[in-house]
Amino acid sequence: MSQMSYQEETIVESFTGGRLPPDDVVVAALRAGDEAMFATLLDTWSRGMLWLARTHVSTNDSAEEIVQDTWLAVVRGIGGFEGRSSVKTWVYRILVNTAKKRGMRENRTVPWSSVFEQERPTVDRSRFQGVDDPLPGHWKELPAAWPTPEGEVLAAEVRGRIAAALAELPPRQRAVITLRDVEGCTSEEVCEILEISAANQRVLLHRARASVRGQLEDYFETARRSA
Amino acid sequence: MKRFTCDEVVELVTVYMEGELDEPTGYRFEEHLGGCEGCERYLGQFRATVATLGDLRPDGLAGDTREGLLSAFRDWRRP
Ligand SMILES: [Zn+2]
Repeated sequence: MSQMSYQEETIVESFTGGRLPPDDVVVAALRAGDEAMFATLLDTWSRGMLWLARTHVSTNDSAEEIVQDTWLAVVRGIGGFEGRSSVKTWVYRILVNTAKKRGMRENRTVPWSSVFEQERPTVDRSRFQGVDDPLPGHWKELPAAWPTPEGEVLAAEVRGRIAAALAELPPRQRAVITLRDVEGCTSEEVCEILEISAANQRVLLHRARASVRGQLEDYFETARRSA
Repeated sequence: MKRFTCDEVVELVTVYMEGELDEPTGYRFEEHLGGCEGCERYLGQFRATVATLGDLRPDGLAGDTREGLLSAFRDWRRP
């Protein structure tokens, strides 16, 4: 067991509470054996890595092993890191490759390169007026208001519902929305990590967000009816 | 210029939030929002969904996995 000094704890807290220091600082610290920095990275990225790993394998235990193997590869490889991508992208790329190998071994092939998912609309057509209605293409009925000020973070009890909604998404959508919206990666990072085009990233993200919003809409609707 | 319908607007929400609509399209999008309570609400709910996703704290590594990795780091980095 390691006991962090008060000062180390303060530094770690200030990183996880906000943003990590610049890449060159992170790399230098890891190479120098700075355990607090390594712990910070573990605590900042492992959650998102677990979620992403879970899109490739069938159990949480396998996902945990993938993340563990990834971090071990990071420790071994940091000396040779050349800075051609951000540290975060580098770590996540190792994860994706580890997960793919593992997924193949488990013989669970995720349809990663499945057909482009553009065609279907993200909101059911029945929600809009048809050609014979007064305003074709416009809402039949407005979406019901949610019990939260618009645009704000929803209450805690909704989070369980969101986590369930994420789990139900097709793997590629889940990977993109997890990286973008849960982990806060940029769209460029997501494209690099998952090796997809910007257009594809955008479509997957939009579909995923629309699904999760739809699940929340159902949740609030059910809550209102039973109230 | 043709006005957007709601079923078109809902498909553009992410591109709009990414700031990737070109200027005339962005203008048409906002013009529609200004006159459409349904789409304004839809956008608000989309934003709330994204904000809540950013606020999720999924479970991290199991405590013993984390300890094991820290110890591997110590061993590896120690000359
Ligand atoms: Zn509208």
